[in-house]
Amino acid sequence: MRYLSAVDDSISKTMGFFQKLKDRLGRTQNKLVHEIKRIVTRSPKLTADSAEELEAALLSADFGMTMTLRIIEATRKAYESKGKGEFDFVKVAADEVERALSSGDPSLLDQGDDLTVISMVGVNGTGKTTTCAKLANRLKLQGKTVGMAACDTFRAAAIDQLKVWSERLDVPLTMGDYGADPAAVAHDAVSSALSKNSDYLLIDTAGRLHTKHNLMQELQKVHRVMGKKLEGAPHETLLVLDATTGMNALNQAREFNKAVPLTGLVITKLDGTSKAGMVVAIQNELKIPVKFIGVGEQPDDLQPFVAREFAHAIFGLDE
Amino acid sequence: MFESLSGKLQGVFKDLRGLGKISESNVSESLREVRLALLDADVNFKVAKQFIANVREKAIGEKVIQSIHPGQQIIKIINDELVELLGSQNAELKLDAKPSSMMMVGLHGAGKTTSSGKLAKWLMKQGRKPLLVAADVYRPAAMDQLEALGKQMNIPTVVRRGEKDVLVIAREAKREAAERECDVLIFDTAGRLQIDEVLVQELVRLRDDIKPQEILLVLDAATGQEAVNVATHFDEALDISGAILTKLDGDARGGAALSLKSVTGKPIKFAGAGEKLEDFEPFHPERMATRILGMGDVVSLVEKAAENVDMDEARKLEEKMRKGVFTLDDFLDQLRQMKRLGPLESIVKMLPGGADMVGGADLSKHEKEFRRMEAMICAMTPEERNRPQILNAKRRQRIAKGSGVRVAELNNLMNRFGQMQKMMRKMGKMQKMMGKMGGKMASKMAGRMGAGFRMR
Repeated sequence: MRYLSAVDDSISKTMGFFQKLKDRLGRTQNKLVHEIKRIVTRSPKLTADSAEELEAALLSADFGMTMTLRIIEATRKAYESKGKGEFDFVKVAADEVERALSSGDPSLLDQGDDLTVISMVGVNGTGKTTTCAKLANRLKLQGKTVGMAACDTFRAAAIDQLKVWSERLDVPLTMGDYGADPAAVAHDAVSSALSKNSDYLLIDTAGRLHTKHNLMQELQKVHRVMGKKLEGAPHETLLVLDATTGMNALNQAREFNKAVPLTGLVITKLDGTSKAGMVVAIQNELKIPVKFIGVGEQPDDLQPFVAREFAHAIFGLDE
Repeated sequence: MFESLSGKLQGVFKDLRGLGKISESNVSESLREVRLALLDADVNFKVAKQFIANVREKAIGEKVIQSIHPGQQIIKIINDELVELLGSQNAELKLDAKPSSMMMVGLHGAGKTTSSGKLAKWLMKQGRKPLLVAADVYRPAAMDQLEALGKQMNIPTVVRRGEKDVLVIAREAKREAAERECDVLIFDTAGRLQIDEVLVQELVRLRDDIKPQEILLVLDAATGQEAVNVATHFDEALDISGAILTKLDGDARGGAALSLKSVTGKPIKFAGAGEKLEDFEPFHPERMATRILGMGDVVSLVEKAAENVDMDEARKLEEKMRKGVFTLDDFLDQLRQMKRLGPLESIVKMLPGGADMVGGADLSKHEKEFRRMEAMICAMTPEERNRPQILNAKRRQRIAKGSGVRVAELNNLMNRFGQMQKMMRKMGKMQKMMGKMGGKMASKMAGRMGAGFRMR
């Protein structure tokens, strides 16, 4: 098995990925950094008060308690060992975030000539369909042959939405009727992709809340059926998370991971002002790597995830 | 670390309950925990801070310290404060114009189109004639989605595919509303970021044109700290009249609701809680507060039970229990009714302290066990179900074989069933005794239960 290298990706290079991400994230990241700097400059010593303010600043970025406390603890240690002369809180915090985000391989599985099936799962409205289209576009630009399957047979017009994309991107689409068994559509899609000798097949599943037992079972069935048709399928299961989601994202990741073991995360809607600090908490607990981030509404606005760049962009640091 | 807010608060309350008298320092300690719990539930940190300050002020008052049960009093203060923060009553829709218009706005994927459909259905039930207007000119197939929803409910929908100007669509909608004599127009607008000036201005132009009675911000219940930014920006640009909280059927604690209410002051008018178009109802602040405070969502549980459990059957069963003639058939019925309520885990979580109880335990194992019990009972003849004492070794072997279990497992089930029967007989006797002793008390309890039902 070979892996696509995320960092050396030609697309990200030409797009000036870091700049783009920083611009997008920068809209209010600056506020966070400003806040932190204000706290640090005003009281260079880490007192109980400044620690609490720091805590609030990090929590407001949706970092959650565990990660926030971990960052504060790391800062405290760094402060004690280095002293206040060379103490740079922002740097310490960014390093800590980077470390937490660095577990696992962020690149997408590439099985050479063999078909790789990628399933997109997640709660309603996180952007699975759009991500599916963006990822198809991305793989196509890399010279891969790609197919898509509209397995969201529940939401009104979900199939039409993916159909519009498939026409725009000129990517073949397997679809069924509304109300059809999504597992049957997935089965047909795998057959079709195998006969076409495609490199990738992207499965767009219906959005479902992780608390809906029967819907999670339906998802398991879709995966099971694909696995029967092609050993190992789906090879990648990507959980699509909305960047504006708060701590519930962790529950979502936990429950989806329980039902269909996840191989990666995709964070969408990062072009807003939210900082998606919760992904740090998720990776910290579940060790599932973030593989892509969505930073806009254009087809090429899906970017590979690079922990260092993300961490630095969150805190507004320069490379 | 990330257990639910209710679990955390319950931990705090346990501490508080144990206290004889409340000192300033242990209140502070407990309230810090409450604050962290609120933050964990995505309540904005400023809102949480204010909340804590209010509670502290009230808690350290003289009255509390002198009271006999200071812990309980603090719980009440927190609850009251929470209800107040969430809005103490649900706000009605303004529908005084003919026709009235409502605008649905919000971020991408918050659930605007689905909520538009649900709102239309709700209004129709209220005797209105709604008209759906597809004003999302950006997302592929968004218009198809609304049209499909309209068709499902037989509600007319204005769809102008390819039209990029929302004002043109608005004009057509007004014309069509007059033609069809519709009295409420629901505009489903495109999702947009609150900081996207160009797109937000488009909404302002639409608002100025249609002069809606209601501008409803649709917000995902799982939204994090960002909820404050979203609410503030949309409110500043459009002066929203209220909000719809969606995806409440998930397990998000809904801290976003607290944040939204306290930074904009605008009421949350509706809650979306399900995949079906009927899963939409006026927002109940007191219910939400109770749920957050870990008193369990008993009201929802009762509702769920009422939906799924046949009341007649339940009454018959109760009668049988009282008389102590509980057979395996009745047991089977019970198992099946429980299954209809959904996975065990979600039921237990609705009970007070349930989330704590479940913890990390995997309840699906028990569910599997239930399924095996069902299979074993199904493998028995009616005679055997009525008189289990006739189960001899041969019969047992047959049943075990028929249901795919080992005889030991069947024996285990029978032993447990025997114990259950015994307990029920005892309970039946006790109830009879209680009935003679304190009829008053029982009627009081029944009155309370009735109040619970009325809350629906």
